[in-house]
Amino acid sequence: MAVIEVKNFKKCFGDKVVHEDVSFYVKKGECLGLVGGSGTGKSVLLRSLIGLEKPDGGTIHINDREVSNLKESDWIDLRKTVAYAFQGGALFDSMTVYQNLAYPLNEHSHLSQSEISTRITSQLNDFGLAGTESLYPSEISGGMQKRVGLARAMMLEPEVILYDEPTAGLDPYNTKRIQELILKLKAKGVTAILVTHDMPTAFAVCDKFAFLKDKVIKEQGTTEQLKNQPNSLIHQFVEGNIL
Amino acid sequence: MNNLIAYSFKEWLTDQLYFLGGLVYLTRDCLREGFKKPHNTKLLVEQIYQVGYRSFPLVLVTSGAIGMVMALQFGYGLEKFGGKPYVPRLVASTILREIGPMFTSLMFAARVGAGIASEIGSMVVTQQIDAIRALGSSPIKKIVIPRVLACLIVLPLLAAMANVIGNLGGLVVGSLELNIDAQFYYRRIIETSNIKDYMSGFGKTFFFALFIAIPSCYFGLNVKNGTQEVGVATRKAVVTSSLLILIGDFFLAKIFWVLEKWL
Repeated sequence: MAVIEVKNFKKCFGDKVVHEDVSFYVKKGECLGLVGGSGTGKSVLLRSLIGLEKPDGGTIHINDREVSNLKESDWIDLRKTVAYAFQGGALFDSMTVYQNLAYPLNEHSHLSQSEISTRITSQLNDFGLAGTESLYPSEISGGMQKRVGLARAMMLEPEVILYDEPTAGLDPYNTKRIQELILKLKAKGVTAILVTHDMPTAFAVCDKFAFLKDKVIKEQGTTEQLKNQPNSLIHQFVEGNIL
Repeated sequence: MNNLIAYSFKEWLTDQLYFLGGLVYLTRDCLREGFKKPHNTKLLVEQIYQVGYRSFPLVLVTSGAIGMVMALQFGYGLEKFGGKPYVPRLVASTILREIGPMFTSLMFAARVGAGIASEIGSMVVTQQIDAIRALGSSPIKKIVIPRVLACLIVLPLLAAMANVIGNLGGLVVGSLELNIDAQFYYRRIIETSNIKDYMSGFGKTFFFALFIAIPSCYFGLNVKNGTQEVGVATRKAVVTSSLLILIGDFFLAKIFWVLEKWL
């Protein structure tokens, strides 16, 4: 059963058409790699899946619920189960790392403060961020901010995670760590869409790919299929032969 | 040339209609979300501290200085007509009815309105507003409502303090510079000022608080094209709030005069 299903999706900004007739689906526990050149609208598509952008046409179904025309107030419940990991972390700069991680739990869970504290400590250890609890986002590096953002997105143990360039700007050690975390969540049945230019990570964690170019998805297929087709667009994209 | 003027006017009119529509929608959203539980008292207290406590020194200096200047001008102006004894009444009445609440509101718009617009604008640019939405919360509830409520609570209190400090400034200048007996000056303020004077000024501050908070939040939330627009939003917030206060003051003054006669 498809957890995310996008049909004939269209998005414009004024006169500029970013997407027209984009369709794909992601089944439960699958990870779809959404790849394409810079400026092809991968992040816009991802943002539309969580209601941060309004589509101009087509339908989006999440867990069989049509969400493309939902009101902002109706999104609130849905966003407890669909998480979005922002490219730059999007941390609240007036809050410490601890407060940033506690935010979703304080908002939506009934956990006690000691349970929240235990959960945050464990999450910080998983992300290699132990000892940063009392620091503000301005006091940690960009890579650490990104990891805190990822950790925050995962705090509510969502069913779906939308990753926007989760490994961009990270060192190889932390990139591997993020890959392992994505795989760990996948093993738990979490459905994901990964927007990235980091193809080794994409090949390591994605079950299938969609290649965005010229406002549409030019190519779709499983990782194995695409790996074994040297003429595929994704292969050529990885080789740097096309944009 | 005529076409250009017509086009510019059309563009300006469209902008104003968008702005008015935006304010109506934002006010509607605030009313809708404001009554929904849970209410976040901690955020409200934080904002009261930020916009209120920290604005106090500015209000203190402004109102004190204005009271002193007014006493001085009225004193020297009325001296030749033997009207010095009327200085306390004139200063008190002007401060209570107009100058205290209005100058406090204008200073508040400059400090707090600018702060709200730039803070929210920066949050939009750094995707923090998107993050609030993506984490299943409402930016209206988390960001806008605490700021609007804080302004509604704090501005009337600051105006009340400004009234006292302004009159105190007048008293100091009256006794030291105009040689009016301090006790006489104080007694004249108490005897000649009435609750109607006070209420007509104080009542306006609730409207002024809305004139500052709602447009400032609106301009902050509507920042779209990066950090450059944060500055534009800040400028628009201060200019719009100040204009709304000045223009609104005229109509509110008329309404309060009608109410006073009616009561």
